[in-house]
Amino acid sequence: MRDRRARDDDGPTGAGVGGDADLRPDGSGTRSEGADVDTRETPGGAGSPIAGGGVSLDAEYPLVVSDLVKSFGGITAVDGASFRVERGSLTGLIGPNGAGKSTTFNLITGVHAPDSGTVTFNGEEITGLEPHQVANRGLVRTFQIARELKEMTVLENMMLAPKGQVGERLWRSVTPGVRGGVIEQERELLERVWETLEFFEIDHLAEEFAGNLSGGQRKLLELARALLTDPDMLLLDEPFAGVNPTLEARLLDHVHELKDRGYTFLLVEHDMDLIMENCEHVVVLHQGRVLTEGTPAEVRDDEEVIEAYLGGSV
Amino acid sequence: MSIADRFAERLPGGDAGLVVAVLLGLYLVYVLSGEIIGFELRGQLNSIATLTFYVAVFAMLALALNLHWGYTGLFNIGVVGFMAVGIYVLALVSKPVYEPGGAAQVGGLGLPLIVGVVAGMAAAALLGLVIALPALRLRADYLAIVTIAMSEIVRFTFLSSTFQEFQLFGKRVGFGGGSGLILDYRDPLAALFGAVGLWDPYLGVVAATEAVVPRNPKPVVDGLVWGVLLLVVVAGYFWLLKRTGESPFGRVLKAIREDEMVANSLGKDTNGFKIKSFMLGCALMGLAGILWYVGQGAVTPNTFRPRITFFVWIALIIGGAGSNTGSILGGALFAGLLYQGPRYLKSVIEELFPGAAAPNSFGPAVSPLISGGDPLPFVWYTLDNVRQLQLVIMGLVLIWLMHNRPDGLLGHRKESAASIDLMTRTASTAEDAGGQGGDEDA
Repeated sequence: MRDRRARDDDGPTGAGVGGDADLRPDGSGTRSEGADVDTRETPGGAGSPIAGGGVSLDAEYPLVVSDLVKSFGGITAVDGASFRVERGSLTGLIGPNGAGKSTTFNLITGVHAPDSGTVTFNGEEITGLEPHQVANRGLVRTFQIARELKEMTVLENMMLAPKGQVGERLWRSVTPGVRGGVIEQERELLERVWETLEFFEIDHLAEEFAGNLSGGQRKLLELARALLTDPDMLLLDEPFAGVNPTLEARLLDHVHELKDRGYTFLLVEHDMDLIMENCEHVVVLHQGRVLTEGTPAEVRDDEEVIEAYLGGSV
Repeated sequence: MSIADRFAERLPGGDAGLVVAVLLGLYLVYVLSGEIIGFELRGQLNSIATLTFYVAVFAMLALALNLHWGYTGLFNIGVVGFMAVGIYVLALVSKPVYEPGGAAQVGGLGLPLIVGVVAGMAAAALLGLVIALPALRLRADYLAIVTIAMSEIVRFTFLSSTFQEFQLFGKRVGFGGGSGLILDYRDPLAALFGAVGLWDPYLGVVAATEAVVPRNPKPVVDGLVWGVLLLVVVAGYFWLLKRTGESPFGRVLKAIREDEMVANSLGKDTNGFKIKSFMLGCALMGLAGILWYVGQGAVTPNTFRPRITFFVWIALIIGGAGSNTGSILGGALFAGLLYQGPRYLKSVIEELFPGAAAPNSFGPAVSPLISGGDPLPFVWYTLDNVRQLQLVIMGLVLIWLMHNRPDGLLGHRKESAASIDLMTRTASTAEDAGGQGGDEDA
């Protein structure tokens, strides 16, 4: 209950849980700073289908992680990690294997509760909330291994995502007379779903079972699905792993385009080159702590980073 | 199987046509068997009524289980427990108040049957909630353990002498313990027709059928009418569950079945959805239990052994989990062929081969086969025991299904979880799409 009201107070994007208001394909969120509304352009030139989220607070840093600690048994996976993500940026989270990247992700998104430390999103503490509560606040993740819903079609996968669907209440969907409203909302949602599918150029797969998609197509589907929840910020867990170079380029284009529209990204990635070329800010995790952060150039030249990655031999 | 598929495609009326065709096929088989056995009209009508009854109850149970397993992926193997709670709570609420000297050891609250039905369903749903709250947080297999344990706890509770008789609202009520409970409320058909003022016309119709069914036609007509009513209830289940499945609610259930973590990460409160789905299915199982036993005159706890749960599972697997049409077909085929079938088969064979004498025990049945290579005694022996072999046959059918039709007889079906046809876009935007990126639109 609390989360819904809080979102509503946030301003325009709060309509995301209200039901009807957020179903328009174009984002109506008033941008309060930096990010310019005019950057919205789709390949087709029409109103953006997926800028529904947008920015809702003045805060320059929507995601602030401070002193996160999490241990599993005797192993401390995350050991006092603190960093923040700037609004409208594409921030990379890198680190050698076992640095605690995935655990940090899971702590932010509510999969695990941290032993101590806090996660703040849009000025509100979200530490220890359930994953669905975190997602409903506008912080949505994708998974390292694409977790498409295999036995559901691409369209069903997509239709699942939008928030505030009245038909998710059982009695609304079942009771004669009331169901009309559900159908009407489904029609509007479907329109948005198709536009999003077109934006990601996977509309020709719409009727396929998601399990039949290739690895790269699944990643596209996951990103598209996440966007339909009207997030403010997206956490991408190795979105390019196992994706062929062509699709990787396409996926990157989409990410950049979405970033230009004001979405904030936090990206976990192994591929250093990719991070260096695409992120404007990089956070390096090592042994559960933030080793250093800065621009890609700064990080690349950092002795400690080289040591962490290459075991100090360079 | 392709022949069956093609046959199914040519049927008029799609899924409904398929269900009707299967039902008619079953009836035909039963009528023919009845002819061979030598039933008179009365016997034929009775066998049709019985078949309809079991088809309907198993279809209902399979539909309810399909909501749990097929839609939500909840591994419920305590179906029979919810059925037992349904009928026992109905008895508690609707049995007449205890009167000393009556046939019944204990009474009930004496409320109308319909109140009992609602109470029975509500009790089953509440029991579902009680189980769901702790168990749904665990992994799927644990829910299975908890549910089957629950169904046994329910049975032992009704068996226990503690609850054989107790006071409720100052009335002497109880569950009767191991000796069972006499269901001495008003005949459900009479209550139903009486409620809408049609009982006297109904009796008139029954009397008129005496021309066709001589000597006391009422039990025969009652059985047939009850069967038809149950089929109507099956249609109601189907309608309700189809609407549930083809909606955003059903979509979330499907997503939970596929990958609960994903649904959760997309902002769906998956525990809430699971609990609702579980409770609805439990209520429907309670109602199915009520409709199965409400007209039987008496119930004993030991009727509600886990084997009924597994019967329902077999019905669901035959039809294919995830499909409502498949659930009805599975229920019908299970009831007709596996549940009722063996008994008829035996009678038919006895009629066809009147000279066949089955040996009394295993030894005489096998020895001619070994010593003289004469398999007939063994065959007769096997057929004579076909009732006992029912479970073996079910097992064989299951194994065959797992190998050849793991998705059920209907195969892998696309039953879209949305209230609208997702491929149909509104006209104006479809044109836009053609211009933009939909080059390979299927």
